[in-house]
Amino acid sequence: MRMLKKFWLVTFAAVAVLASSGAGAEASYREQMKGLDEQVQEVKSDVLSIAAELSRLEERLLYPSGTHLAVFVALAPRDTLRLDAVQIQIDGQPVAHSIYSFKELEALQKGGVQRIYTGNVASGEHQIEVTIAGKLDTGKDYSRTERFAFNKGVEPKLLGVTLGSSELQLGDW
Amino acid sequence: MLRATLIVGCSLAGVLAAGSCASRDLRDLYFGEALYQANQGRYFEALERLDAELALHKGVDEPQRDSLQFHIGEAEFSVGDFELYYRMHLRAGRAIKAVLEGAVDESVRNEAAYRLARIHFQKDQAADALLALDRISGKVPVAIRDDVEFLRANVYMALGRPADAAGVLKRLQSAQSLTGFAAYNLGIAMLQEGREQDAILQLDKAGQLSVNDAGPLAIRDKSNMLLGKLMLESTDFTRAQQYFDRVRLDGPFSNQALLSAGWADVSAQNYERAVVPWSMLAKREITDAAVQEAMLALPYAYSKLNVHGRAAVLYSDALKSFGEELTKVDASMKSIAEGRFLKALVREEIQQDKGWAIRLRTLPDAPETYYLMQLMASNDFQTALQNYLDLDELRRKMAGWQTSLDAYEDMIRLRRKNYEPLLPGIDAQFRELDAQIRLRMEQRNHLQQRLHQLLIEPRPDLLATADERIVLETLRGIEQSLEKANAADVPQLQERLRRLKGVLTWTLYTSYPQRLTEAHEHLNALNADIAVLNKQYQEFVRARQAAEHSYLGYDDTIKRLRTRAAESLQAVNQLMAQQGHLIETVAIDELRTRRARLEVYQTQARYAVADSYDRAAKVQGNSAPPDSSQAASTGGSR
Repeated sequence: MRMLKKFWLVTFAAVAVLASSGAGAEASYREQMKGLDEQVQEVKSDVLSIAAELSRLEERLLYPSGTHLAVFVALAPRDTLRLDAVQIQIDGQPVAHSIYSFKELEALQKGGVQRIYTGNVASGEHQIEVTIAGKLDTGKDYSRTERFAFNKGVEPKLLGVTLGSSELQLGDW
Repeated sequence: MLRATLIVGCSLAGVLAAGSCASRDLRDLYFGEALYQANQGRYFEALERLDAELALHKGVDEPQRDSLQFHIGEAEFSVGDFELYYRMHLRAGRAIKAVLEGAVDESVRNEAAYRLARIHFQKDQAADALLALDRISGKVPVAIRDDVEFLRANVYMALGRPADAAGVLKRLQSAQSLTGFAAYNLGIAMLQEGREQDAILQLDKAGQLSVNDAGPLAIRDKSNMLLGKLMLESTDFTRAQQYFDRVRLDGPFSNQALLSAGWADVSAQNYERAVVPWSMLAKREITDAAVQEAMLALPYAYSKLNVHGRAAVLYSDALKSFGEELTKVDASMKSIAEGRFLKALVREEIQQDKGWAIRLRTLPDAPETYYLMQLMASNDFQTALQNYLDLDELRRKMAGWQTSLDAYEDMIRLRRKNYEPLLPGIDAQFRELDAQIRLRMEQRNHLQQRLHQLLIEPRPDLLATADERIVLETLRGIEQSLEKANAADVPQLQERLRRLKGVLTWTLYTSYPQRLTEAHEHLNALNADIAVLNKQYQEFVRARQAAEHSYLGYDDTIKRLRTRAAESLQAVNQLMAQQGHLIETVAIDELRTRRARLEVYQTQARYAVADSYDRAAKVQGNSAPPDSSQAASTGGSR
């Protein structure tokens, strides 16, 4: 029995030695990770700057201000609508369709605004049709379609659609 | 004294998450879009959008008329927050410092100082964190008031000022958002102060808090674990046992608690009782170090109870399991060396939720992750893993950008091909039309001037019709002829001529107001046509410019972006290789440690199984006929 006890002591001593030998290596790894972390931060910063310039280029190239139209959707504050899908038509043509995951819906509920469509339209009068589908807090299916007229001038046009269980509103930015 | 870990951050992260991303009265759609991205954890996209918006805002002539002006404070804070979430502490610190040094409201400045302090603290810069906290004065937003003080206490602890920390933490004991955390940290501060009895009382309170959330529950378990270990150190095994018993059986500390509970019993020489927690623990996930230890500890307890047969069987089982685990660890090391661990990490389906690192374990074809759960839960390793994933994401983005740039160049080439041959002809035609338009515009301007003059100085003759002008000219000709004539009827004819001129003058003067009105109406109609013409003219000019701008002026930008993206891609690839190599090295190192530990356990089990069989046989030999020795090998010797 004494021998067995001794063996336990040897075992734990060996395990303790293993643990302590790992501590030095751990500190070295930590330093290396810290150094790499700073380099990763720098490269992220560079890539973000490239992304911003690329985004400006893309906007200039694909959506010139004279024809630029962007449609955004937001949820009405404190509305309990469980939004499932949104469809957008411009002048009778379907241009965007979005089905919302839980994460996306949550992002909208927290005050986020989704850019659902970016495209080009000629200056002048146009019509936008917004169709939403979802569920009310009672569990009942809900769908609604609204049409709005808007005028596109020479400057970029931003349209914000606020979705709710009682109404759809078009805001002009 | 036992090393106790300070609890930081859990509630702070919660506050941060709820902080800036809940703008309701939104005036700037692009800012809202940045929030939408951030709310989904897509911080790269959020930063890209917000950086662009802030740059535009700073570039406009009258920023106060820009829609972002309404959210500018929140936007500048959000940049720092998003950078922090995107693990860009250096930039986040700079962004928050900029807010701090700007002309902002006292509460905004205090919030900025708090955030800056938090960044310093996270980066192990406690002295800088305290300097930032010392800048807080006056009005502090209610939402962060407790967090500021909690952070201050943690900073004091990090600076080795436990008495100051304890003073702050005492005041936070009733803070709802810090339930459990403040209580536990106060206990730790007291321990650091050397007030062991007070610390035990405080930790005892923390260990009995009535809480439901996962975080506070874990802290409660941690308090009890620490108390148990303190009691073990002071050889108060009964109380140690009580504290270990308080730890939940399904919490993150349950394995350690079961193991320690067994050791507390063994230390109190209560081997029978030790069998209970160790039996439970030995059936759990074998890759856990505590479970492996229990697989040896359990037969040890049986052997102390003189149940050598059972001990022999359990040692034998342990020996077999350790052998299997060694094979598994070897396979894991081989798999990591072959790069499969990194491949498993970047699999998209496992990154869908916050617990992705834990879900790695569920992958049937990723044995390399089995022994790395503890390692992967550590902060440094998590940062390294996240950096690796971020780099992989950047690499994918940049690969996509190269494709986009190719497409843009192609688009520009096609536009140039389409417009360049057309534009000279269109321009020539336009120049002709432009000349005509200018001429007509001059005529119209002249007419307008004359009509304006007629209002001041009436000239009815100027509004005579064409027929009337012919008649007038005819009458003038007749008048001149009559002046030269000598015939007898000249006076008579001159009289007739005067009458005719009188009739014409009468008509011109009496219809003058009507004619002037009509002339203005015609001018207004002309103006309307000219407005249409001007609109078309402007549209043409814009379309002409747009045509040219659709392919001119992009080459340098695209070339520069290509170069920058290629350089960054190279840097990303290099960093990914380094980061990946480091992750693999650390993982293999961890596995080697676990392997060495398993070998130690295996050696002990090998010795112990033989020893236990001997003892079982001896016991059997002493108490039973010689042919009953078989019972020992089946574990039924008691």
